[in-house]
Amino acid sequence: MSVVLDLITIAAVSAGVVFFLAGTVGLLRFPDTLTRLHALTKADNLGLGLVVLGLLPQVGSLRDGLKMICVWLLVLLAGATVSQLVAQAARRDGPGSDGAAP
Amino acid sequence: MNEFLTAMVGLVLVLLALGLVRVLRGPGDADRMMAAQLIGTCGIAALLLIGVIGGTSAAIDVALVLALLATFAAAAFAECARRATQPETLPETERP
Amino acid sequence: MTIVPALDLFVAGIVLIVAVWTVAARDTMSAVVGFVAYGLLLALVWVRLGAPDVALTEAAIGSGLAGALLIGAATRLRAGEPSVSTERLGGAGRVLAMTLSAVVAAAVAVVLLSLPDPAPSLASEAAANAGVTSLGNPVTNVLMAFRAMDTMLEKVVLLLALLGVWSMARDHAWGGRPRSCRRADPEGPLVLLARVLPPVGVVLGISVLWVSADHPGGAFQGATILAAMWLLVLMAGLGDVPAAGGRRLRLVLVAGPAVFLTVGLGGLALGAAFLSYPPAWAKPVILVIEFAMVLTVATTLGLLVAGPPERSAER
Repeated sequence: MSVVLDLITIAAVSAGVVFFLAGTVGLLRFPDTLTRLHALTKADNLGLGLVVLGLLPQVGSLRDGLKMICVWLLVLLAGATVSQLVAQAARRDGPGSDGAAP
Repeated sequence: MNEFLTAMVGLVLVLLALGLVRVLRGPGDADRMMAAQLIGTCGIAALLLIGVIGGTSAAIDVALVLALLATFAAAAFAECARRATQPETLPETERP
Repeated sequence: MTIVPALDLFVAGIVLIVAVWTVAARDTMSAVVGFVAYGLLLALVWVRLGAPDVALTEAAIGSGLAGALLIGAATRLRAGEPSVSTERLGGAGRVLAMTLSAVVAAAVAVVLLSLPDPAPSLASEAAANAGVTSLGNPVTNVLMAFRAMDTMLEKVVLLLALLGVWSMARDHAWGGRPRSCRRADPEGPLVLLARVLPPVGVVLGISVLWVSADHPGGAFQGATILAAMWLLVLMAGLGDVPAAGGRRLRLVLVAGPAVFLTVGLGGLALGAAFLSYPPAWAKPVILVIEFAMVLTVATTLGLLVAGPPERSAER
């Protein structure tokens, strides 16, 4: 049983880190602000979600597991709102923003 | 298992350092805020991994606080950007 | 397992790079974002050093509240930035600045190198007497019992800082409210955040305070979280800051130090010394002080970030 759980951990955490990698590469390599924003949310939502999923079989107590899920939910909320807020700000003072302000 | 998780902490930290490059290079404030957000998420992931490796639930508490306040700086940034572009909403403040 | 020290060194290296860059950055806003990242990395470092109480404070203050405060300041300074950045220091001024920096650096180095080894520490005595308060967290023990005087005076310092900020107000705004946040788009993300996050944050803030008796946490950390939630509501324009002249607000502001002082004087009158707690009641008394303090500290921190009054009280 513990081997199966360990395998789940290895698979999920690795996948999560791959999404972090994708987000970071996107943030560095994409050409403009809004496309970079697009890359960022992958790391937030999927990357951390998979890391949390992978760590759940390894935590010592139920409380820690619940806290981890809370962390993920909070980061989901943060990622969604921050990308909206940053996008609004970028559209307002970025290039070609004439009349684009809401 | 802990060896694997420690290696993953290392990877996440390397990605965090790469994210810093975007903070340093910019070019716009929005890019920097975004990079700060990514660094925050990487830091949270590293804290969760460290907490599980060491069996310290305090690290998870710290991650929880970071996750709660992750939006805070960005919200302040967006609010200030909005304020800066709409100075007419401050009737009394600019009075000499 | 040589990977763990290597990772610690790596993090220390990043912290140094970010610190240097934050100081050297020309653009204020870039420096502020660097500072937010710096706070986050420091929280990581404190966890690795086995100081989760400090890490919680750093996470809440360094990358949360201080970030918002500095972003506000950077936005205000931005208008004057071009004229400042074109100014150059003259030759004599440069030499003077370099000499001063070198002297300060040398003095710090001398002090650090002349520290006795091992450094003087009261940690063993604090640990030996941990049982007297029936609190399980040694940090709370030190803050609330062994060095309660320092903690009380810190709260007074916070109040003095708030008075300093308030005294920046113009005459017509004295006793009034800080500048308004226009109500954000009611369908927008900021308003959603300001409605969804505070309930979670209030629970977390109070729980950080409540568990501090036996686990990492504390009144200051809890209060910082509560202040951040309040500021979020203010930023979205869902509430207004109370006028600085209001009686109720002023009562809240002095409640923490007043309770602390009353308990201290009670210790002087009934017990052995100033701030001595009755042994059987140590824990409840400490909790009462902490709850009063949370209220005061959260309000003070919120008002500090909100800034000096700019609207007169009548409006």
